[in-house]
Amino acid sequence: MASASEEVWVLGIHMTKFGKHPDLDTVDLAAEAVQGALADGGVTMKDMGIIGAGNLMGGAMPIGQMLQKQLGQTGIPVYNVSNACATGATALRVACMAIKAGETDMGLAFGVEKLAGAGLLAGGSRSGDSNTWAPKGRYGSVAAIDGRVGTETMPGVFAQIGQEYGHRYGGTSFELFAKISEKNHSHSTLNPLAAYTKKMTLDEIMNDVMIAYPNTRPMCSANCDGAAAAVVVSGSKLKTLSLEQQKRAVKISASILTTDPWEEACQVLPNVNDLTRNAAAQAYEQAGVGPQDLNLVELHDCFATAELVHYDNLDLCERGGAADFFNSGATWRDGTTPVNVSGGLESKGHPIAATGIANVWEVATHLRGEAGDRQIPGAKVGLTHVIGLGSACGIHILEKSAA
Amino acid sequence: MAQQIPLVDYLVLGDDPHLVANECTSCGARYFDRRNACAACEGTGFKKVDVPTTGEVRTFTIVSFAAPGIPVPFVAAVVDCDGTSVRANLINVTPDPEHVTTGMKVRLATEVIGTDENGTEAVGFGFEPLGG
Repeated sequence: MASASEEVWVLGIHMTKFGKHPDLDTVDLAAEAVQGALADGGVTMKDMGIIGAGNLMGGAMPIGQMLQKQLGQTGIPVYNVSNACATGATALRVACMAIKAGETDMGLAFGVEKLAGAGLLAGGSRSGDSNTWAPKGRYGSVAAIDGRVGTETMPGVFAQIGQEYGHRYGGTSFELFAKISEKNHSHSTLNPLAAYTKKMTLDEIMNDVMIAYPNTRPMCSANCDGAAAAVVVSGSKLKTLSLEQQKRAVKISASILTTDPWEEACQVLPNVNDLTRNAAAQAYEQAGVGPQDLNLVELHDCFATAELVHYDNLDLCERGGAADFFNSGATWRDGTTPVNVSGGLESKGHPIAATGIANVWEVATHLRGEAGDRQIPGAKVGLTHVIGLGSACGIHILEKSAA
Repeated sequence: MAQQIPLVDYLVLGDDPHLVANECTSCGARYFDRRNACAACEGTGFKKVDVPTTGEVRTFTIVSFAAPGIPVPFVAAVVDCDGTSVRANLINVTPDPEHVTTGMKVRLATEVIGTDENGTEAVGFGFEPLGG
Protein backbone atom coordinates (compact mmCIF):
# COMPACT_ATOMS: atom_id res chain seq x y z
CA MET A 1 0.00 0.00 0.00
CA ALA A 2 1.15 3.50 -0.77
CA SER A 3 2.65 5.84 1.84
CA ALA A 4 2.70 9.62 2.28
CA SER A 5 6.12 9.86 0.65
CA GLU A 6 4.84 7.78 -2.24
CA GLU A 7 5.52 8.85 -5.79
CA VAL A 8 2.55 9.23 -8.13
CA TRP A 9 2.78 8.37 -11.81
CA VAL A 10 0.55 8.66 -14.84
CA LEU A 11 0.12 5.10 -16.06
CA GLY A 12 -2.38 5.69 -18.83
CA ILE A 13 -3.82 8.85 -20.34
CA HIS A 14 -6.06 9.79 -23.24
CA MET A 15 -7.88 12.73 -24.73
CA THR A 16 -10.66 12.69 -27.31
CA LYS A 17 -10.56 14.83 -30.38
CA PHE A 18 -11.74 18.28 -29.31
CA GLY A 19 -14.43 19.85 -31.47
CA LYS A 20 -18.00 19.04 -32.35
CA HIS A 21 -19.36 15.61 -31.39
CA PRO A 22 -23.08 15.94 -32.11
CA ASP A 23 -23.62 12.16 -31.98
CA LEU A 24 -21.95 11.65 -28.60
CA ASP A 25 -23.44 12.63 -25.26
CA THR A 26 -21.45 13.62 -22.18
CA VAL A 27 -21.18 10.03 -20.95
CA ASP A 28 -20.10 8.78 -24.41
CA LEU A 29 -17.29 11.32 -24.50
CA ALA A 30 -16.20 10.51 -20.95
CA ALA A 31 -16.30 6.79 -21.74
CA GLU A 32 -14.14 7.25 -24.82
CA ALA A 33 -11.51 9.11 -22.80
CA VAL A 34 -11.62 6.67 -19.87
CA GLN A 35 -11.50 3.55 -22.04
CA GLY A 36 -8.58 5.11 -23.86
CA ALA A 37 -6.73 5.85 -20.63
CA LEU A 38 -7.38 2.36 -19.23
CA ALA A 39 -6.19 0.71 -22.45
CA ASP A 40 -3.16 3.01 -22.58
CA GLY A 41 -2.23 1.95 -19.05
CA GLY A 42 -2.99 -1.73 -19.64
CA VAL A 43 -5.50 -1.82 -16.78
CA THR A 44 -9.27 -2.08 -16.25
CA MET A 45 -11.90 -0.47 -14.04
CA LYS A 46 -11.40 -3.34 -11.59
CA ASP A 47 -7.90 -2.03 -10.88
CA MET A 48 -9.13 1.43 -9.91
CA GLY A 49 -9.49 2.36 -6.23
CA ILE A 50 -10.95 5.83 -6.67
CA ILE A 51 -12.45 8.08 -9.34
CA GLY A 52 -12.13 11.86 -9.50
CA ALA A 53 -14.80 13.03 -11.96
CA GLY A 54 -15.25 16.48 -13.45
CA ASN A 55 -18.11 18.00 -15.45
CA LEU A 56 -19.67 21.44 -15.15
CA MET A 57 -22.42 21.83 -17.72
CA GLY A 58 -23.93 18.35 -17.98
CA GLY A 59 -26.65 18.68 -15.39
CA ALA A 60 -27.37 17.45 -11.90
CA MET A 61 -26.59 13.74 -12.32
CA PRO A 62 -23.21 12.71 -10.86
CA ILE A 63 -21.01 12.17 -13.89
CA GLY A 64 -18.68 9.71 -12.15
CA GLN A 65 -21.46 7.27 -11.34
CA MET A 66 -23.03 7.75 -14.79
CA LEU A 67 -19.70 6.70 -16.26
CA GLN A 68 -19.48 3.69 -13.93
CA LYS A 69 -22.93 2.58 -15.08
CA GLN A 70 -21.55 2.30 -18.62
CA LEU A 71 -18.02 1.04 -17.96
CA GLY A 72 -18.01 -0.80 -14.65
CA GLN A 73 -19.85 -0.51 -11.33
CA THR A 74 -17.11 -1.71 -9.02
CA GLY A 75 -18.38 0.09 -5.94
CA ILE A 76 -15.32 2.30 -5.43
CA PRO A 77 -15.58 5.86 -4.09
CA VAL A 78 -16.30 8.57 -6.64
CA TYR A 79 -15.55 12.23 -6.01
CA ASN A 80 -17.50 14.45 -8.38
CA VAL A 81 -15.71 17.75 -8.34
CA SER A 82 -16.48 21.24 -9.59
CA ASN A 83 -13.87 24.00 -9.72
CA ALA A 84 -14.69 26.08 -12.79
CA CYS A 85 -11.97 25.77 -15.46
CA ALA A 86 -9.71 24.02 -12.93
CA THR A 87 -12.19 21.14 -12.60
CA GLY A 88 -10.13 18.59 -14.55
CA ALA A 89 -6.95 19.43 -12.65
CA THR A 90 -8.92 19.15 -9.41
CA ALA A 91 -10.21 15.69 -10.36
CA LEU A 92 -6.65 14.60 -11.10
CA ARG A 93 -5.45 16.14 -7.84
CA VAL A 94 -8.08 14.15 -5.91
CA ALA A 95 -6.81 10.89 -7.40
CA CYS A 96 -3.21 11.88 -6.63
CA MET A 97 -4.12 12.75 -3.03
CA ALA A 98 -5.82 9.40 -2.53
CA ILE A 99 -2.62 7.66 -3.59
CA LYS A 100 -0.47 9.96 -1.46
CA ALA A 101 -2.77 9.30 1.48
CA GLY A 102 -2.26 5.57 1.05
CA GLU A 103 -5.95 4.86 0.51
CA THR A 104 -5.38 3.19 -2.84
CA ASP A 105 -2.55 2.46 -5.24
CA MET A 106 -4.36 3.20 -8.49
CA GLY A 107 -6.96 5.78 -9.41
CA LEU A 108 -8.80 7.33 -12.32
CA ALA A 109 -9.47 10.98 -13.09
CA PHE A 110 -11.50 12.34 -15.95
CA GLY A 111 -13.08 15.56 -17.15
CA VAL A 112 -15.71 15.97 -19.84
CA GLU A 113 -17.73 18.80 -21.35
CA LYS A 114 -20.25 19.33 -24.13
CA LEU A 115 -19.89 22.96 -25.11
CA ALA A 116 -19.96 23.12 -28.91
CA GLY A 117 -22.21 25.96 -29.98
CA ALA A 118 -22.29 27.50 -26.51
CA GLY A 119 -21.08 30.80 -27.90
CA LEU A 120 -18.42 33.01 -26.44
CA LEU A 121 -20.04 34.18 -23.27
CA ALA A 122 -19.76 33.01 -19.74
CA GLY A 123 -21.42 36.07 -18.31
CA GLY A 124 -24.99 34.85 -18.43
CA SER A 125 -27.71 36.93 -19.96
CA ARG A 126 -29.48 39.99 -18.76
CA SER A 127 -33.18 39.57 -18.19
CA GLY A 128 -35.42 42.58 -18.57
CA ASP A 129 -35.65 45.06 -15.72
CA SER A 130 -38.53 44.51 -13.31
CA ASN A 131 -41.57 46.79 -13.24
CA THR A 132 -40.72 48.21 -9.86
CA TRP A 133 -37.22 48.80 -8.50
CA ALA A 134 -36.47 46.72 -5.42
CA PRO A 135 -32.97 46.18 -3.99
CA LYS A 136 -31.81 42.57 -4.17
CA GLY A 137 -28.72 40.53 -3.46
CA ARG A 138 -25.41 41.33 -1.86
CA TYR A 139 -25.07 44.68 -3.62
CA GLY A 140 -28.66 45.74 -2.98
CA SER A 141 -29.04 46.22 -6.73
CA VAL A 142 -32.38 47.20 -8.23
CA ALA A 143 -31.48 45.89 -11.70
CA ALA A 144 -28.87 43.68 -13.35
CA ILE A 145 -25.39 45.15 -12.97
CA ASP A 146 -23.51 43.27 -15.72
CA GLY A 147 -22.78 45.92 -18.33
CA ARG A 148 -23.82 48.71 -15.96
CA VAL A 149 -21.15 48.24 -13.32
CA GLY A 150 -18.32 46.85 -15.41
CA THR A 151 -18.47 43.50 -17.13
CA GLU A 152 -18.96 39.90 -16.08
CA THR A 153 -18.06 38.41 -19.46
CA MET A 154 -14.95 36.25 -19.41
CA PRO A 155 -13.36 37.92 -22.45
CA GLY A 156 -13.82 41.28 -20.73
CA VAL A 157 -12.52 40.13 -17.35
CA PHE A 158 -9.39 38.60 -18.86
CA ALA A 159 -8.90 41.56 -21.17
CA GLN A 160 -8.65 43.72 -18.07
CA ILE A 161 -6.19 41.29 -16.48
CA GLY A 162 -3.86 41.62 -19.49
CA GLN A 163 -4.33 45.38 -19.73
CA GLU A 164 -3.57 45.75 -16.04
CA TYR A 165 -0.27 43.93 -16.56
CA GLY A 166 0.52 46.33 -19.39
CA HIS A 167 -0.36 49.32 -17.23
CA ARG A 168 1.93 48.09 -14.49
CA TYR A 169 4.92 46.98 -16.51
CA GLY A 170 4.53 48.41 -20.02
CA GLY A 171 5.34 46.77 -23.31
CA THR A 172 1.89 45.49 -24.18
CA SER A 173 -0.36 46.44 -27.08
CA PHE A 174 -3.27 45.06 -29.04
CA GLU A 175 -0.72 43.79 -31.55
CA LEU A 176 1.38 42.03 -28.91
CA PHE A 177 -1.63 40.16 -27.54
CA ALA A 178 -2.67 39.26 -31.09
CA LYS A 179 0.82 37.88 -31.76
CA ILE A 180 0.40 35.48 -28.84
CA SER A 181 -2.74 34.21 -30.52
CA GLU A 182 -0.88 33.98 -33.83
CA LYS A 183 1.64 31.69 -32.13
CA ASN A 184 -0.98 29.38 -30.67
CA HIS A 185 -2.95 29.14 -33.91
CA SER A 186 0.30 28.36 -35.71
CA HIS A 187 1.09 25.62 -33.18
CA SER A 188 -2.36 24.10 -33.63
CA THR A 189 -1.68 23.20 -37.24
CA LEU A 190 0.40 20.27 -35.95
CA ASN A 191 -2.21 18.97 -33.53
CA PRO A 192 -4.77 16.65 -35.11
CA LEU A 193 -6.84 16.62 -31.90
CA ALA A 194 -7.29 20.41 -31.81
CA ALA A 195 -10.75 21.85 -32.53
CA TYR A 196 -9.27 24.46 -34.89
CA THR A 197 -6.08 23.76 -36.84
CA LYS A 198 -6.04 26.69 -39.21
CA LYS A 199 -3.03 28.99 -39.26
CA MET A 200 -4.06 32.63 -38.86
CA THR A 201 -2.07 35.70 -39.84
CA LEU A 202 -1.66 38.63 -37.49
CA ASP A 203 -3.87 40.72 -39.77
CA GLU A 204 -6.60 38.10 -39.76
CA ILE A 205 -6.51 37.92 -35.97
CA MET A 206 -6.53 41.68 -35.43
CA ASN A 207 -9.28 42.28 -37.99
CA ASP A 208 -11.55 39.51 -36.77
CA VAL A 209 -14.65 40.29 -34.70
CA MET A 210 -13.78 42.32 -31.62
CA ILE A 211 -15.17 40.67 -28.49
CA ALA A 212 -13.65 42.66 -25.64
CA TYR A 213 -10.73 44.90 -26.55
CA PRO A 214 -8.01 43.83 -26.99
CA ASN A 215 -9.38 40.28 -27.41
CA THR A 216 -10.81 39.48 -30.84
CA ARG A 217 -12.62 36.21 -31.50
CA PRO A 218 -9.57 34.05 -32.35
CA MET A 219 -7.88 35.38 -29.20
CA CYS A 220 -10.62 33.76 -27.08
CA SER A 221 -10.76 30.12 -25.99
CA ALA A 222 -12.86 27.98 -28.29
CA ASN A 223 -15.93 26.36 -26.78
CA CYS A 224 -16.11 22.76 -27.94
CA ASP A 225 -16.85 19.18 -26.89
CA GLY A 226 -14.17 16.98 -25.46
CA ALA A 227 -12.97 14.73 -22.68
CA ALA A 228 -9.69 13.59 -21.17
CA ALA A 229 -8.84 10.92 -18.61
CA ALA A 230 -5.81 9.72 -16.70
CA VAL A 231 -4.97 6.59 -14.71
CA VAL A 232 -2.55 7.35 -11.89
CA VAL A 233 -0.56 4.79 -9.94
CA SER A 234 1.69 4.73 -6.89
CA GLY A 235 5.43 4.34 -7.41
CA SER A 236 5.54 1.09 -5.48
CA LYS A 237 2.66 -0.41 -7.46
CA LEU A 238 4.27 0.70 -10.72
CA LYS A 239 7.38 -1.32 -9.86
CA THR A 240 5.23 -4.48 -9.93
CA LEU A 241 3.96 -3.76 -13.45
CA SER A 242 5.58 -4.64 -16.78
CA LEU A 243 8.72 -2.93 -18.03
CA GLU A 244 6.72 -1.51 -20.93
CA GLN A 245 4.25 0.07 -18.49
CA GLN A 246 7.12 1.46 -16.44
CA LYS A 247 8.83 2.93 -19.50
CA ARG A 248 5.74 4.77 -20.67
CA ALA A 249 4.72 5.94 -17.20
CA VAL A 250 5.17 9.66 -16.55
CA LYS A 251 6.07 10.90 -13.10
CA ILE A 252 3.87 13.54 -11.47
CA SER A 253 6.63 15.42 -9.67
CA ALA A 254 4.25 18.05 -8.36
CA SER A 255 0.49 18.25 -8.00
CA ILE A 256 -0.71 21.53 -6.55
CA LEU A 257 -4.02 23.29 -6.11
CA THR A 258 -4.35 26.81 -4.72
CA THR A 259 -7.09 29.42 -4.32
CA ASP A 260 -6.86 33.18 -4.53
CA PRO A 261 -5.48 34.75 -1.35
CA TRP A 262 -7.01 38.05 -0.24
CA GLU A 263 -5.59 41.27 -1.59
CA GLU A 264 -7.10 44.72 -1.86
CA ALA A 265 -8.70 44.48 -5.31
CA CYS A 266 -9.37 40.75 -5.60
CA GLN A 267 -13.11 41.02 -5.10
CA VAL A 268 -13.35 43.81 -7.67
CA LEU A 269 -11.38 42.18 -10.49
CA PRO A 270 -10.39 38.51 -10.08
CA ASN A 271 -6.70 38.20 -9.30
CA VAL A 272 -5.35 35.26 -11.32
CA ASN A 273 -1.76 36.19 -10.50
CA ASP A 274 -1.16 35.57 -6.80
CA LEU A 275 -2.66 32.09 -6.70
CA THR A 276 -0.67 31.08 -9.79
CA ARG A 277 2.52 32.46 -8.23
CA ASN A 278 1.81 30.54 -5.04
CA ALA A 279 1.03 27.35 -6.94
CA ALA A 280 4.15 27.68 -9.09
CA ALA A 281 6.40 28.25 -6.08
CA GLN A 282 4.96 25.19 -4.34
CA ALA A 283 5.19 23.09 -7.51
CA TYR A 284 8.83 23.96 -8.22
CA GLU A 285 9.67 23.24 -4.58
CA GLN A 286 7.82 19.93 -4.56
CA ALA A 287 9.30 18.77 -7.87
CA GLY A 288 12.79 20.05 -7.17
CA VAL A 289 12.94 21.67 -10.60
CA GLY A 290 12.99 25.28 -11.72
CA PRO A 291 11.39 27.11 -14.63
CA GLN A 292 14.64 26.84 -16.58
CA ASP A 293 14.30 23.04 -16.51
CA LEU A 294 10.96 23.04 -18.35
CA ASN A 295 11.03 21.70 -21.91
CA LEU A 296 7.42 22.67 -22.51
CA VAL A 297 4.54 24.40 -20.74
CA GLU A 298 0.81 24.11 -21.32
CA LEU A 299 -0.68 27.12 -19.56
CA HIS A 300 -4.19 28.52 -19.31
CA ASP A 301 -4.51 30.78 -22.36
CA CYS A 302 -8.28 31.12 -21.99
CA PHE A 303 -7.61 34.46 -23.72
CA ALA A 304 -4.48 35.82 -25.36
CA THR A 305 -4.36 38.49 -22.66
CA ALA A 306 -4.16 35.75 -20.02
CA GLU A 307 -1.25 33.88 -21.56
CA LEU A 308 1.01 36.91 -21.19
CA VAL A 309 0.53 37.35 -17.45
CA HIS A 310 1.17 33.67 -16.77
CA TYR A 311 4.65 33.81 -18.34
CA ASP A 312 5.40 36.04 -15.40
CA ASN A 313 3.28 34.22 -12.81
CA LEU A 314 4.98 30.91 -13.62
CA ASP A 315 8.41 32.58 -13.38
CA LEU A 316 9.18 31.72 -16.98
CA CYS A 317 10.53 35.28 -17.26
CA GLU A 318 11.71 38.07 -14.98
CA ARG A 319 9.06 39.94 -13.01
CA GLY A 320 7.50 42.48 -15.35
CA GLY A 321 9.32 41.05 -18.36
CA ALA A 322 6.58 39.02 -20.02
CA ALA A 323 6.30 41.21 -23.13
CA ASP A 324 10.05 41.11 -23.78
CA PHE A 325 10.07 37.40 -23.09
CA PHE A 326 7.37 36.79 -25.68
CA ASN A 327 9.00 39.14 -28.20
CA SER A 328 12.24 37.15 -27.87
CA GLY A 329 10.46 34.18 -29.44
CA ALA A 330 10.97 32.08 -26.31
CA THR A 331 7.45 30.66 -26.24
CA TRP A 332 7.23 29.53 -29.86
CA ARG A 333 7.72 25.80 -30.32
CA ASP A 334 11.33 26.32 -31.42
CA GLY A 335 12.03 28.73 -28.55
CA THR A 336 13.69 28.20 -25.19
CA THR A 337 10.40 27.60 -23.33
CA PRO A 338 7.74 26.37 -25.75
CA VAL A 339 4.29 27.35 -24.48
CA ASN A 340 1.05 25.79 -25.67
CA VAL A 341 2.48 23.68 -28.49
CA SER A 342 -0.94 21.97 -28.51
CA GLY A 343 -2.44 25.20 -29.85
CA GLY A 344 -3.71 26.16 -26.43
CA LEU A 345 -7.27 26.87 -25.46
CA GLU A 346 -7.53 29.43 -28.27
CA SER A 347 -7.27 26.74 -30.97
CA LYS A 348 -7.14 23.30 -29.37
CA GLY A 349 -10.33 24.30 -27.58
CA HIS A 350 -11.60 24.54 -24.02
CA PRO A 351 -14.16 21.92 -23.02
CA ILE A 352 -13.96 23.30 -19.50
CA ALA A 353 -13.71 20.24 -17.22
CA ALA A 354 -11.54 18.34 -19.72
CA THR A 355 -8.90 21.03 -20.03
CA GLY A 356 -6.98 20.31 -16.82
CA ILE A 357 -6.35 16.71 -17.86
CA ALA A 358 -5.98 17.33 -21.59
CA ASN A 359 -2.99 19.58 -20.90
CA VAL A 360 -1.43 16.76 -18.84
CA TRP A 361 -2.03 14.44 -21.80
CA GLU A 362 -0.24 16.90 -24.08
CA VAL A 363 2.83 17.14 -21.88
CA ALA A 364 2.88 13.41 -21.11
CA THR A 365 2.71 12.61 -24.83
CA HIS A 366 5.82 14.73 -25.47
CA LEU A 367 7.67 13.19 -22.51
CA ARG A 368 6.90 9.75 -23.93
CA GLY A 369 8.25 10.86 -27.29
CA GLU A 370 4.89 10.07 -28.91
CA ALA A 371 3.81 13.55 -30.06
CA GLY A 372 4.47 12.92 -33.76
CA ASP A 373 4.91 16.01 -35.93
CA ARG A 374 4.72 18.40 -33.01
CA GLN A 375 7.13 16.50 -30.74
CA ILE A 376 9.41 18.78 -28.73
CA PRO A 377 12.68 16.86 -29.20
CA GLY A 378 14.14 15.35 -26.06
CA ALA A 379 11.44 16.68 -23.74
CA LYS A 380 12.06 15.48 -20.18
CA VAL A 381 10.15 17.90 -17.93
CA GLY A 382 6.94 19.82 -18.51
CA LEU A 383 4.41 21.89 -16.61
CA THR A 384 0.64 22.21 -16.90
CA HIS A 385 -1.39 25.09 -15.51
CA VAL A 386 -5.07 25.92 -15.32
CA ILE A 387 -7.06 28.70 -13.72
CA GLY A 388 -10.67 28.35 -12.72
CA LEU A 389 -12.15 31.77 -12.15
CA GLY A 390 -13.45 32.24 -8.68
CA SER A 391 -10.61 31.21 -8.30
CA ALA A 392 -8.58 28.00 -8.31
CA CYS A 393 -5.20 27.24 -9.83
CA GLY A 394 -3.98 23.74 -10.64
CA ILE A 395 -0.37 23.04 -11.56
CA HIS A 396 1.19 19.68 -12.37
CA ILE A 397 4.86 19.14 -13.14
CA LEU A 398 5.58 15.98 -15.12
CA GLU A 399 8.83 14.13 -15.70
CA LYS A 400 9.87 11.48 -18.18
CA SER A 401 10.46 7.99 -16.84
CA ALA A 402 14.06 6.91 -16.37
CA ALA A 403 13.03 3.26 -16.79
CA MET B 1 -38.00 65.90 -9.62
CA ALA B 2 -38.81 62.23 -9.85
CA GLN B 3 -38.22 59.91 -6.92
CA GLN B 4 -34.81 58.25 -7.30
CA ILE B 5 -33.25 55.00 -6.11
CA PRO B 6 -29.61 53.98 -6.50
CA LEU B 7 -28.76 51.05 -8.81
CA VAL B 8 -26.71 49.54 -5.97
CA ASP B 9 -26.93 50.20 -2.25
CA TYR B 10 -23.31 51.39 -2.05
CA LEU B 11 -24.11 54.39 -4.25
CA VAL B 12 -25.30 57.42 -2.25
CA LEU B 13 -27.30 59.94 -4.28
CA GLY B 14 -28.08 63.56 -3.46
CA ASP B 15 -26.08 66.75 -3.93
CA ASP B 16 -22.75 64.96 -3.61
CA PRO B 17 -23.09 61.48 -5.11
CA HIS B 18 -20.45 59.06 -3.87
CA LEU B 19 -19.77 55.41 -3.09
CA VAL B 20 -19.60 53.94 0.38
CA ALA B 21 -17.63 50.84 1.30
CA ASN B 22 -17.91 48.44 4.21
CA GLU B 23 -14.58 48.78 5.96
CA CYS B 24 -13.33 46.12 8.34
CA THR B 25 -12.80 47.74 11.74
CA SER B 26 -9.94 45.32 12.46
CA CYS B 27 -7.76 45.49 9.35
CA GLY B 28 -9.23 48.21 7.12
CA ALA B 29 -10.10 45.92 4.19
CA ARG B 30 -12.89 47.43 2.09
CA TYR B 31 -15.82 45.71 0.41
CA PHE B 32 -18.88 46.81 -1.54
CA ASP B 33 -21.09 43.82 -0.84
CA ARG B 34 -23.02 42.70 2.24
CA ARG B 35 -20.51 40.90 4.46
CA ASN B 36 -20.51 37.85 6.68
CA ALA B 37 -16.95 38.53 7.78
CA CYS B 38 -13.69 39.97 6.52
CA ALA B 39 -11.92 37.73 4.01
CA ALA B 40 -8.57 39.22 4.98
CA CYS B 41 -8.64 38.91 8.78
CA GLU B 42 -11.93 37.12 9.67
CA GLY B 43 -13.10 40.15 11.66
CA THR B 44 -16.85 40.71 11.82
CA GLY B 45 -17.00 44.43 12.60
CA PHE B 46 -17.56 46.87 9.73
CA LYS B 47 -18.16 50.59 9.37
CA LYS B 48 -19.33 52.63 6.38
CA VAL B 49 -16.67 54.80 4.77
CA ASP B 50 -16.90 57.23 1.87
CA VAL B 51 -14.81 56.36 -1.16
CA PRO B 52 -13.02 59.21 -2.97
CA THR B 53 -14.94 60.29 -6.07
CA THR B 54 -11.87 60.74 -8.25
CA GLY B 55 -9.35 58.15 -9.30
CA GLU B 56 -7.16 56.66 -11.97
CA VAL B 57 -8.05 53.97 -14.50
CA ARG B 58 -5.92 50.96 -13.63
CA THR B 59 -7.31 48.73 -16.35
CA PHE B 60 -10.13 48.64 -18.84
CA THR B 61 -11.68 46.72 -21.69
CA ILE B 62 -14.09 47.79 -24.38
CA VAL B 63 -16.84 45.22 -24.47
CA SER B 64 -18.22 44.76 -27.99
CA PHE B 65 -19.96 41.46 -27.45
CA ALA B 66 -22.14 41.03 -24.38
CA ALA B 67 -25.21 39.17 -23.19
CA PRO B 68 -28.45 39.98 -25.01
CA GLY B 69 -29.98 43.21 -23.73
CA ILE B 70 -26.71 44.90 -22.85
CA PRO B 71 -25.93 47.89 -25.11
CA VAL B 72 -22.46 47.69 -26.68
CA PRO B 73 -19.82 48.89 -26.99
CA PHE B 74 -19.15 50.05 -23.47
CA VAL B 75 -16.02 50.53 -21.43
CA ALA B 76 -15.61 48.38 -18.31
CA ALA B 77 -12.83 49.35 -15.96
CA VAL B 78 -11.22 49.17 -12.57
CA VAL B 79 -10.64 52.60 -11.08
CA ASP B 80 -8.14 53.14 -8.29
CA CYS B 81 -9.79 55.71 -6.01
CA ASP B 82 -6.84 56.61 -3.80
CA GLY B 83 -6.22 53.02 -2.75
CA THR B 84 -9.75 51.66 -3.03
CA SER B 85 -10.36 49.67 -6.21
CA VAL B 86 -13.76 50.23 -7.79
CA ARG B 87 -15.38 48.30 -10.64
CA ALA B 88 -17.35 50.54 -12.96
CA ASN B 89 -18.10 51.56 -16.50
CA LEU B 90 -16.33 54.56 -17.98
CA ILE B 91 -19.00 56.92 -19.27
CA ASN B 92 -19.14 60.18 -21.21
CA VAL B 93 -16.15 59.05 -23.25
CA THR B 94 -15.88 57.66 -26.78
CA PRO B 95 -15.48 53.90 -26.35
CA ASP B 96 -12.37 53.33 -28.41
CA PRO B 97 -8.67 52.79 -27.61
CA GLU B 98 -7.80 56.28 -28.81
CA HIS B 99 -9.96 57.88 -26.13
CA VAL B 100 -9.51 55.46 -23.24
CA THR B 101 -6.15 54.67 -21.67
CA THR B 102 -4.91 53.17 -18.46
CA GLY B 103 -3.68 55.85 -16.10
CA MET B 104 -6.30 58.39 -17.18
CA LYS B 105 -7.81 60.48 -14.39
CA VAL B 106 -11.55 60.11 -13.88
CA ARG B 107 -14.34 61.21 -11.57
CA LEU B 108 -17.59 59.64 -10.43
CA ALA B 109 -20.69 60.56 -12.42
CA THR B 110 -24.26 59.32 -12.23
CA GLU B 111 -26.78 58.52 -14.92
CA VAL B 112 -30.41 57.49 -14.94
CA ILE B 113 -30.75 53.92 -16.18
CA GLY B 114 -34.54 53.71 -16.28
CA THR B 115 -37.89 54.58 -14.73
CA ASP B 116 -40.21 51.99 -13.19
CA GLU B 117 -44.02 51.92 -13.29
CA ASN B 118 -44.22 54.06 -10.15
CA GLY B 119 -42.22 56.78 -11.86
CA THR B 120 -39.11 56.09 -9.76
CA GLU B 121 -35.81 56.58 -11.52
CA ALA B 122 -32.99 54.10 -10.96
CA VAL B 123 -29.64 55.91 -10.96
CA GLY B 124 -26.41 54.16 -11.75
CA PHE B 125 -22.83 55.39 -11.70
CA GLY B 126 -19.73 55.39 -13.80
CA PHE B 127 -16.53 57.35 -14.08
CA GLU B 128 -15.93 60.10 -16.66
CA PRO B 129 -12.71 61.74 -17.81
CA LEU B 130 -11.58 64.45 -15.42
CA GLY B 131 -11.29 67.91 -16.94
CA GLY B 132 -12.46 66.63 -20.29
